[in-house]
Amino acid sequence: MSAPVKIASPIGGNAGKGAYHVSERGYYGEFGGAFIPEMLYPNVEELRRKYLEVMSEPSFKQEFDQLLKDYVGRPSPLYFAKRMSEKYGTKIYLKREDLNHTGAHKINNTIGQILMARRLGKTRIIAETGAGQHGVATATVCALMGMDCVVYMGEIDIARQAPNVARMKMLGAEVRPARSGSKTLKDATNEAIRDWINNPVDTHYIIGSAIGPHPYPDMVTRFQSVISEEIKAQLQEKEGRENPDYVVACIGGGSNAAGTFYHFLDEEQVKIIAVEAAGKGIDSGESAATSVLGHQGIIHGCKTLLMQTPDGQITEPYSISAGLDYPGVGPMHAHLCTSGRATFKSITDDEAMKAGLELCKTEGIIPAIESSHALAIFGNTSFKSDDVVVVALSGRGDKDLSTYIDHFGL
Amino acid sequence: MTTNRIHKKLQEDKKILSIYFTAGYPGPEDTVSIIQSLQDSGVDMIEIGLPFSDPLADGPTIQESSTKALKNGMTTARVFEQLRDIRKTVDIPLIIMGYFNPIMQYGVEDFCKKCADTGIDGLIIPDLPVDVYEEEYKDMFEKYGLANIFLITPQTPDERIRFIDSVSDGFIYMVSSASVTGAKSTFGEEQQQYFERIHNLRLKNPQIVGFGISNEETFRAATHLAKGAIIGSAFIKSLNDKGKDGIPDFIRTIR
Repeated sequence: MSAPVKIASPIGGNAGKGAYHVSERGYYGEFGGAFIPEMLYPNVEELRRKYLEVMSEPSFKQEFDQLLKDYVGRPSPLYFAKRMSEKYGTKIYLKREDLNHTGAHKINNTIGQILMARRLGKTRIIAETGAGQHGVATATVCALMGMDCVVYMGEIDIARQAPNVARMKMLGAEVRPARSGSKTLKDATNEAIRDWINNPVDTHYIIGSAIGPHPYPDMVTRFQSVISEEIKAQLQEKEGRENPDYVVACIGGGSNAAGTFYHFLDEEQVKIIAVEAAGKGIDSGESAATSVLGHQGIIHGCKTLLMQTPDGQITEPYSISAGLDYPGVGPMHAHLCTSGRATFKSITDDEAMKAGLELCKTEGIIPAIESSHALAIFGNTSFKSDDVVVVALSGRGDKDLSTYIDHFGL
Repeated sequence: MTTNRIHKKLQEDKKILSIYFTAGYPGPEDTVSIIQSLQDSGVDMIEIGLPFSDPLADGPTIQESSTKALKNGMTTARVFEQLRDIRKTVDIPLIIMGYFNPIMQYGVEDFCKKCADTGIDGLIIPDLPVDVYEEEYKDMFEKYGLANIFLITPQTPDERIRFIDSVSDGFIYMVSSASVTGAKSTFGEEQQQYFERIHNLRLKNPQIVGFGISNEETFRAATHLAKGAIIGSAFIKSLNDKGKDGIPDFIRTIR
């Protein structure tokens, strides 16, 4: 393979200086790579050769920044959560990705990727979705750009996420049910990959998390890195320093975590905490805590940690939060975990739901259940009174109301 | 270079008919009897599919057979157990087709050794890219006498086809169109042009066409210029509809 062209400064900056960024060959330590069938090679190779170059074009950056500002509503506030800080005796800041258009961080990536797709001359967009958040964010940008959009969604998820299915349809997307395997997110991803194999020329696949074959994990992370870029500037303003003591984010595939951690990866004094979904408990058989339960393997085109049987069959994870029940983590996170750069914690359904309700009552913010997992660490981790802890509030809880209602009998 | 049953078979002056089926489908103990029946029906080569939960290069027919085989309790270890004595009765080339994750979990070297002990001649691992193979596994595969087969598609650039040809040993698996596996009733103009383009590259490895071969017409069209063709989904459909007893009839309809 030919080496990618050296670029002045793509979105996310010139990485590769630290040990935690992607290598030129697409690896984070031993994780990553592009384990794809030959049928996908031309598409993935085209993206690999061009993504940094496109992300470095001034006109691309300008269009991306403009849309993030005017359409998404960035910068998202860094909010000092006063009452929560008092309660836990530390300084807690919330990075308000929940205030973005469409209600979560997902839109940062879909805006970036649809602009990328247009630069590559693609006319048709496909995506996978679990809970529907990435599907909605993709359908949204396709409407914005007037592009055809097909979203693959597991048949079971379609049944339990009806409002998001309706949103995607209203936005003009076609929602295709994935009926194979376990009929959930991983199967929707398989179906999207098959669609891409069948439509290799005109179609771009917008992957929704920091997963997939290289260069997807790095590309998605760079589009999401606006989160940590803003945190640095905002913290400088509020605390007189760019770096917090801790950054905390929930992690399924890991795109909000990747964006939240990105500009702190090489700042070793910043402690990184990734929060996984323990589901009904790590040992319950119904969990999504990949860092504990997973082993190295290949899923959806990359080498990473994933939940599987000893025979190498990929298993179905569980979490009350539909955004966290992916059987793998992005390769960057697998490396952060095994290298010890990040601390991985896991939070059960009950702990997350309790933390979510607590944020409602103390700060007047209804969080997505995914984000509630990150918030729940204050219940089991001690921080010093002068620690500055930034938590990514990755999404808002509107989509989760029925789960909150059922859980608390509201 | 290894010399095994695949190389010998490819030297024969005939068009090769290769059949794919998923181990442990339709029944968990059908693996050996299907292989036997295929050989008895005059098939030249067999691809034995290792069931996998997420076979993303395959279409619905093969995925369903894989899901069923897993429900039947198939594992990689069980496939090897079933094949333990296969070389006592079967002498045509046998290839294992499997995704990389189950092979990694088995242990790549253990897997290769087990293949050699069992009498497997080659491997097709669709999600093991050629560059990773060349750097990390080529020596190991060769040590155990296994031919590794790579795929090319109508979108594969000539330069990459030449690279794949240089790393390949056995034959090149020519995917007939931009698609996942699945039966088609006929080939169009575009495919014919692709077959010609590849033929004119004069590669060192013979080419065998797969994906979309389902009947005599598609078999003949695919093998007009290529050395042979592989039938998968259409055979699995036949197994599903007519069972193992239908195997000789199915093969007779192809040639």
